[in-house]
Amino acid sequence: MAPILELQGITKRFPGVLANDHIDLKLNQGEILALLGENGAGKSTLMNILYGLYSPDEGTIKKNGEVIEINRPQDAIDAGIGMVHQHFMLVPVFTVTENVMLGNEYLRSLGFLDKQKAADRVREISDQFNLNIDPDALIEDLPVGLQQRVEIIKLLFRNAEILIMDEPSAVLTPQEVDELFKIMHNLVEQGKSIIFITHKLKEVLECSDRIMVIRAGKVVGEALPEKASTNKLAAMMVGRQVELKVKKKLAKPGDVVLEVKNLTIVNKNRKIEVDNVSFDVRAGEVLGIAGVQGNGQTELVRCLTGLMKAESGEVKILGEETTNHTPREIIESGVAHIPEDRQKDGLILPYPVKDNLVLCTYYLKPFAKNFILQPDVINKNAKELVEDFDIRTPGITAFTSGLSGGNQQKVIVAREFSRPIDLLIASQPTRGLDVGSIEYIHGRMIAKRDEGTAILLVSTELDEVMQLADRIAVMFRGEIIAVVDAAIATKEELGLLMAGIKTEVGKKKPKKTTVREIVT
Amino acid sequence: MEKQSKKEKKSVVKIFVEELSRSSFVFILLAIFSGLVIGGVLAAATTEDVYEAFRSSFGEGILESLNLIWETYSSLFTGSFGKPAKMVTALFSGDRDLIREAYKPFLESLVTSTPYIFTGVAIALGFQAGVFNIGAEGQLFMGSIMSAWAGFTFKGLPPIIHVPLALGIGFLAGALWGFIPGWLKAKTGAHEVINTIMMNYIAFNLTEFLIGGPMQDPVDSFKTPLIEESAKLPRLFADPLRFNVGFFIAIGVAVLTWYLLYKTTWGFEVRSVGLNPDASRYAGINATMITIASLALSGAFSGLGGASIMLGVTFRQTQSLSTGYGFDAIAVALLAKNHPIGVILSAMLFGFMRHGSRLMQLKTGIPIDIISILQGLIIFFLAAPAIIRTFYRLKEPKKEFEE
Repeated sequence: MAPILELQGITKRFPGVLANDHIDLKLNQGEILALLGENGAGKSTLMNILYGLYSPDEGTIKKNGEVIEINRPQDAIDAGIGMVHQHFMLVPVFTVTENVMLGNEYLRSLGFLDKQKAADRVREISDQFNLNIDPDALIEDLPVGLQQRVEIIKLLFRNAEILIMDEPSAVLTPQEVDELFKIMHNLVEQGKSIIFITHKLKEVLECSDRIMVIRAGKVVGEALPEKASTNKLAAMMVGRQVELKVKKKLAKPGDVVLEVKNLTIVNKNRKIEVDNVSFDVRAGEVLGIAGVQGNGQTELVRCLTGLMKAESGEVKILGEETTNHTPREIIESGVAHIPEDRQKDGLILPYPVKDNLVLCTYYLKPFAKNFILQPDVINKNAKELVEDFDIRTPGITAFTSGLSGGNQQKVIVAREFSRPIDLLIASQPTRGLDVGSIEYIHGRMIAKRDEGTAILLVSTELDEVMQLADRIAVMFRGEIIAVVDAAIATKEELGLLMAGIKTEVGKKKPKKTTVREIVT
Repeated sequence: MEKQSKKEKKSVVKIFVEELSRSSFVFILLAIFSGLVIGGVLAAATTEDVYEAFRSSFGEGILESLNLIWETYSSLFTGSFGKPAKMVTALFSGDRDLIREAYKPFLESLVTSTPYIFTGVAIALGFQAGVFNIGAEGQLFMGSIMSAWAGFTFKGLPPIIHVPLALGIGFLAGALWGFIPGWLKAKTGAHEVINTIMMNYIAFNLTEFLIGGPMQDPVDSFKTPLIEESAKLPRLFADPLRFNVGFFIAIGVAVLTWYLLYKTTWGFEVRSVGLNPDASRYAGINATMITIASLALSGAFSGLGGASIMLGVTFRQTQSLSTGYGFDAIAVALLAKNHPIGVILSAMLFGFMRHGSRLMQLKTGIPIDIISILQGLIIFFLAAPAIIRTFYRLKEPKKEFEE
């Protein structure tokens, strides 16, 4: 039997880049095919071609053995191909049914909407695939995991047979990911076929039937999950052996560097984002803050770095009060900050690399004398850091916007690590980066810790927190609901905490104990 | 290494042409050229004679059109630069009057260019800081009226004190007119585009009130008194040539701004805030202060532009002091891609076209408004780089780099 979908020799060129180089892909009916590759490997380009957002320069697309033309998304939908985007395309104030029927409305006579019929259909789909969705619920009331299911219903509503899922686990808690995998298996059991795009190795092994790895626009190999290992897949993805586990010695915590007491932060709409949070971080240790995105971590970091005002409470760095100080005062007290959104907050993209490397120190000697910039010193600094931190750039005068995400992040890390610091606040330091860059940045952070720097790590990637941190604080709805020792914490336990459910560990310890008590 | 050896294989000429087609200077020249071509077509299309010629035969129509376009642009050229032959013979004759006569268009064009340089630099500085200062015209009016006041009020001062004093007061008046919208933006979040426009109206009406009332000349109505001789910017040639040191002050302001922007820590902060205010705040730069300061300095330069007209050319405030220098300056700054040194060149292009257009109108009957159309077309082509790049098969500027 012909595969349900077959891509032959798909090639797509962008100016200066060969995004897809003669890619062949076969998808059998009732199969989950994982498409694994680093950022920029060409996964998204390939899927956008399949979904009609780009047209290929060469190659053909066959469905059930017949050549089909896909020039726009509507063609893809007509051919039974649907896509769950990483960022959901839902109207928050509409109900599930309204969202699902948007663009595909059932009409009664005189053009009135037939919501009842659509709602029945949604319920039917939900029951058939065990999705557990109420057609009348408002999207904004649903947790992210359920919103994603609404996206899936949208596709099934349009009779999609082939589902493309673009990094579907990125926004979910570990438990929600498990649920998602169950649903995916449900779908394929009932005859649907899935292409699952990801760069997370463990998920691939857990959930797919077949794995295809692409690197630099080419298919570099296929594997079956039974026979593959994460190390093998990572090597295929990157093209060399990669250290997936962070090697680190036991932390030797010293004096308290960052002390946060009863910190409360309120946003512009007077909503409490961070609620009476207390913790401290010691020299030579990593405190990880785990939590699902949007539980107050962003605001906490912005407040600690002076970008947002605290409503009440106290922040001390090395014993000095820094609550609501300006960002410059906080930087000068020895704080480095790797911001969550590197392109928005961390870099001035139209600047050459050398200027971004002095973004926080340009006004200090030796980079400036009497308000005059010293280009020679700035250039020398840039050359050294580019060398030291292995930043891949055509030169120190190249625009930062042209660098890959991993190298942009290295620019930030180089800048922040190159001045004397006592505290590092790293927010999502490896989000969206490839395996090689993650390995590098993790290694650098642990080296900083061993030098005696206190590190506050905020990440929504539980694996990252568990690997790097010595102690883990879990944030849920603006509160730190538990602090656990990283050595004994399990993924399941942390996953439940991230969803706000307190386990034994969480219950045993009183809610607002300081971190120190738990460790000792 | 591999890439480099590949590059070496290309001929030097090819590399040169390729680099040239990527450079923004060539791109700007082509935008100007395209503007002139379409402007010429429009000039022909709006002339009755051309239609007349087309009615007799197609060939004659084409001939007449080309003739008209030639007439238009050659008179625009002689109007702005002078007649080259006349300039050379005058120089050889050594006759002072002849030389003055021959070089008058050129020098007058420089006089017209001067306020464009001031206001162009002002707006470029604003853009570099990420603020859109539409208030240059109002700031220019404040600068001119206040320097006029300083010019006719203080009496008996030596020029070495009176001229800088009058210029300084113009500078401060413009600075105040820039500071207010900057401060409002920082404190209340009010958008500077709205507020600078509003400040324009306040400036226009305030000027009108002042020249019709408190500052009115006892003899002439709706004019201020003439400024003292000691407040006048020194002229370099005898009357009627009005070329004065204002032009050199303008060049100085442009060079100073370039130095500030690209060589000092303050300029680094201004450019950072202009390109990414979030990252600037992250880096500890006080973005609010930078916004206020750069709008104030922008206003000050516009004010200086007004003072230069007052103290160098008109010597008194009237209602028709400016022909919209502050608004044209937005185009001047855009044409220069907000580079202060580039502003000198683009301001001169505008100044020369403005001045030359008078002769063009006299000779061909094409209205001066064609200059505004030309300016519009040039800006249009600048703003739509894809058109120019496709039409002239230019290469994309280098920027992409993937590992």
